[in-house]
Amino acid sequence: MFDPLTWALVALSLAAMVFAVVLAALDRRINWWLLGLLGVVEAALLAQLVVGIVQLIGTDRDVSGPFFVGYLIGALIVLPVGALWALAESSRWGAGALAVACLVIPVLELRLHDIWVA
Amino acid sequence: MADAEATRHGPGRILIAVYGIFALAATSRAAVQIATQFSEAPIAYILSAVAAVIYCAATFALAKATVVSRKVAYVAIVVELVGVLTIGVFSYLAPEDFPDQTVWSHFGQGYFFIPVVLPVLGLLWLRRTASGTR
Repeated sequence: MFDPLTWALVALSLAAMVFAVVLAALDRRINWWLLGLLGVVEAALLAQLVVGIVQLIGTDRDVSGPFFVGYLIGALIVLPVGALWALAESSRWGAGALAVACLVIPVLELRLHDIWVA
Repeated sequence: MADAEATRHGPGRILIAVYGIFALAATSRAAVQIATQFSEAPIAYILSAVAAVIYCAATFALAKATVVSRKVAYVAIVVELVGVLTIGVFSYLAPEDFPDQTVWSHFGQGYFFIPVVLPVLGLLWLRRTASGTR
């Protein structure tokens, strides 16, 4: 695994989660700043998918390939769906739901890391 | 009819988001397990698939938020609660039958125990939003 990218993803998605929680606390809806940040996270997740698959092919480690790729692909789905779900809600709970979606990314990245080093 | 909509608004937004995440997690886990290593632990993997179906049903039923879909959600969540409690107990009593993790093994230990809390919150939420829908 390319660790700097993994940790950057953990940090960025946690920052996005805090942003979403603050918006919810202030009774605001999600805004373009948050969506922009999520766009950056999503781009990094796409890079992680490519890096992960390239490294998986090149490694002689005993990595569970299907689970590894499953986590890489699954991570791509969460934020776009979460953002749509949040945009369709006119109350603060939309931002709250997006915060939950953001929290999934660090969990998935840590699982990926565990699968890789196991 | 308008009141059933309440199911998917407010705190329900977060509840459904968490259900959606588990629908995705359980479905991908079951798909990978069944596609790649089914013969190793068929019972556990069939249960994974059942859990995946339940989570998907609960997610869509809660999100649709009609009078009928609320009933579907209620049934799905009760099955989910019975499932996570039963599998939780059996995975401790007969660990040899559960050689690999399912979402519900050990009351959802591998998922921060959210699987055992989620159906309780789901039922409370359905009750809280019940007024005027029956």
